[in-house]
Amino acid sequence: MRFVKTATNVSRRRFLISTAAAGGGLALGLYAAWPKNALAETPLAADGSEVGAWVFIRPNDDVVIRIARSEMGQGTLTGLAQLVAEELECDWRKVKAEYPTPGQNLARKRIWGDMSTGGSRGIRGSQEYVRKGGAAAREMLIQAAANEWKVPAAECKAESSVITHLPSGRTTTFGKVAGAAGRLEPPTDIKLKEPRDWKIIGKPLLRLDTADKITGKQVYAIDVKLPGMLNASIMDAPVFGAKVKSYDEAKAKAMPGVRYVVKVGETAVAVVADSWWQANQALKELNIAWEEGPNNKVSSDSVHAHLQDGLDAKDGTFIGNKTGDAPQAIAGAAKTLEAVYFAPFENHFTMEPMNCTALVTADRCEVWGATQNGEGGLAAAAEAAGLSPTQCEFHKLHLGGGFGRRGRQDYTTKAVLIAKQIPGIPIKLIWSREEDMRQCTYRPVGLCKLRAGLDEQGNLVGLQMRVAAPSILASAAPNRLDKDGRDSAAFQGLNPSGGEGRLGYGIPNLLIEHAIRNTHVPVGFWRGVNTNQNAIWLESFIDEIAHAAGKDPLEFRRKLLVNSPKHLAVLNAVADRIAWGTPPPPGLHRGIAQFMGYGSYCAGAAEVAVNEGGKLKVHRLVIAIDSGYAVNPQQVAMQTEGSVAFGLGAMLYQECTVKDGRMVQENLDSYPMMLMEDFPIVEAIVMPSGDFWGGVGEPTISVAAPAVLNAVFAATGKRVRSLPLKNTKLT
Amino acid sequence: MVKLNVNGKTVDVNADADVPLLWVLREQLGLTGTKYGCGIAQCGACSVHIDGEVQRSCSIPIASLKNTDKIVTIEGLSAKGDHPVQKAWLALDVPQCGYCQSGQIMAAAALLQTTPKPTDADIDAAMTNVCRCGTYQRIRAAVHHAAASNGNQG
Repeated sequence: MRFVKTATNVSRRRFLISTAAAGGGLALGLYAAWPKNALAETPLAADGSEVGAWVFIRPNDDVVIRIARSEMGQGTLTGLAQLVAEELECDWRKVKAEYPTPGQNLARKRIWGDMSTGGSRGIRGSQEYVRKGGAAAREMLIQAAANEWKVPAAECKAESSVITHLPSGRTTTFGKVAGAAGRLEPPTDIKLKEPRDWKIIGKPLLRLDTADKITGKQVYAIDVKLPGMLNASIMDAPVFGAKVKSYDEAKAKAMPGVRYVVKVGETAVAVVADSWWQANQALKELNIAWEEGPNNKVSSDSVHAHLQDGLDAKDGTFIGNKTGDAPQAIAGAAKTLEAVYFAPFENHFTMEPMNCTALVTADRCEVWGATQNGEGGLAAAAEAAGLSPTQCEFHKLHLGGGFGRRGRQDYTTKAVLIAKQIPGIPIKLIWSREEDMRQCTYRPVGLCKLRAGLDEQGNLVGLQMRVAAPSILASAAPNRLDKDGRDSAAFQGLNPSGGEGRLGYGIPNLLIEHAIRNTHVPVGFWRGVNTNQNAIWLESFIDEIAHAAGKDPLEFRRKLLVNSPKHLAVLNAVADRIAWGTPPPPGLHRGIAQFMGYGSYCAGAAEVAVNEGGKLKVHRLVIAIDSGYAVNPQQVAMQTEGSVAFGLGAMLYQECTVKDGRMVQENLDSYPMMLMEDFPIVEAIVMPSGDFWGGVGEPTISVAAPAVLNAVFAATGKRVRSLPLKNTKLT
Repeated sequence: MVKLNVNGKTVDVNADADVPLLWVLREQLGLTGTKYGCGIAQCGACSVHIDGEVQRSCSIPIASLKNTDKIVTIEGLSAKGDHPVQKAWLALDVPQCGYCQSGQIMAAAALLQTTPKPTDADIDAAMTNVCRCGTYQRIRAAVHHAAASNGNQG
């Protein structure tokens, strides 16, 4: 790693940010990207020094740690700060955090590396270089103190932001030597601490970003306010692929506060007004007509038929995992079973709808937004503005939820396309909730056919799994498809090898295939991505097989996992905690599941009740996760709890259906969320076994739904195979 | 021009009668702690107090408000962010993305006003705000925590 030595005022003021305009002190936490004035760079007082790229230290010993990834609730900001602080040997109570901007990253040759935040990679994808950044800064600070004292650096030690010359007992603080340290050449040979010596990593420290979130001071992208700013609401073609044919702007333009009506590309129209409410009201009066094309004939039924074709196809499928000859083994088995499962399209429903503020002039474009990919946002802004990325800047703000949705830059593109038509005036584009739900990149719909064969003793001799579904990579990242068009992401958790998501079960004859059946509905990454459906399908069916074999679902899984000790360990942990094998509390029934995703091993055990009216109540979920290391166990537990709401909400209630080529559900009245009263007691077992770095934000989501579905079977004898569960009567 | 009483101050608002309180708070008064989530009074991100009762400001036209109605937003819940509910939220590290938490806190504060020692069933009935991050378990614990600390203060 090479550090840019020059922590110049120019680079500093570019991305550092007066907090005054944010409505008050950011006492505990974050220095948001928030200039007083959009184009004026606000030089802060020369109030500190950069010591390497990751650390900025003030004379009062405050340590500001740079966070390249995005905080969207998952706690990555705090975890990354812990990683840097551990090696830096600073006083944790004085740690703050800030986002460098993508423009700065570009100008400094990507000194902060990858700024994208997805795939549960925030910590595991950058842990090594951010720890090295902290360690390098520590060495530079020690060297600066040693130089001042004219003693060997080896005689000095840093601890809790204090540097001590051990022989003499002299001390100084980080803040006092930071200026000199910042002018030193960074060390190149950096040795990281052994995990056993960690003091900050692995501790359940409180988050750094809470204080402003409980007082309303936290500035999200939707809260941005710039001088002279106007507000926009947009309507994009509700039938994907359609174009604007005509619209009537006279009535809208006559409405209060309305300033502009603009076409946005070929597919959308926006109203720009003094207030967003005015813009959104006027938008409804545009009477937009669309050139819909053939896509307006697509319905949920036609999508289903398309998927069914994929289940039945003789060829053209992609293989994810193959051992032996599964069809032959099943054909010769003593007992066979077959089942077809279905999962619908799903919407992310981030609490903060898509929005972005843009200011475009002839030679400059600045945007303020919430994104999971700052560099992607910068590139999208530049492209839409028709400028070079070096003429653009993306000011990253906290995300009111991401869940994969904000990895796509469409809302940034739209905001810039509007602002470009109104140069010099900042435009804040907010999608109405209805627009947000109509213009998503949905979790893919899918059908899955599974077949199994058992021998006379009830041993599993063959398993076939055929998924027919749209390809996320084909829709969202075609450059990541394999050369032959295979979507490797379709096989999350089902892979024969590798550390990302290996199928733990040892099955002598196995065939797992993906029949890609794309539709006109754009699909994308939704928290947990394909682990959601893959785990529901496989873990429900494994349960079916266990029952068909007359075996206990836990014991049946254990036997298949004998060569997968980490898979087995999390399964055993939840089984022990829920006291599997003992009678459940009266009226309750249990289910269990395990799955691997994002480099982490997960298992879940559920206790549910189904009353005489068929109403399901999920009482308790025990979920174990082995992510190798757990940088902040409390945050891991919180992600585990949160993933339950996301995964179970979809499984129980949510579906996006298609009619006349457009998505039917446009708000919470038709797309309900899991609420407090339905949220079970969640017991997270955080059991890091060391020596690997697994993800945390997503992996546990996969096991909640199948554990509950298996418990529903235990309660009712009904195997729910078509989701959401609300469509099945449990009486 | 409409006069509203917001966070203890009378403010003049220049907006059409049908504009929801939410957008007046956010766009005219700069009180952006109150959030837009669904616009149909279901998610609760826009929750404020009106005369001590929790209300969903996205669906309250300002024409329906009198200047004697005492409107309190998250910014006015306490002077220093030290309302027992806020302190409980901080102590238990409740928020994840945080976007819904202003509304959650306003709902919890209103609940404790009427029901100082809520049961789990009381919390289920009163706390109907959506949290997409799924912080419900910690919200529940924090409501109990705040209730307990209220009791301690006598």
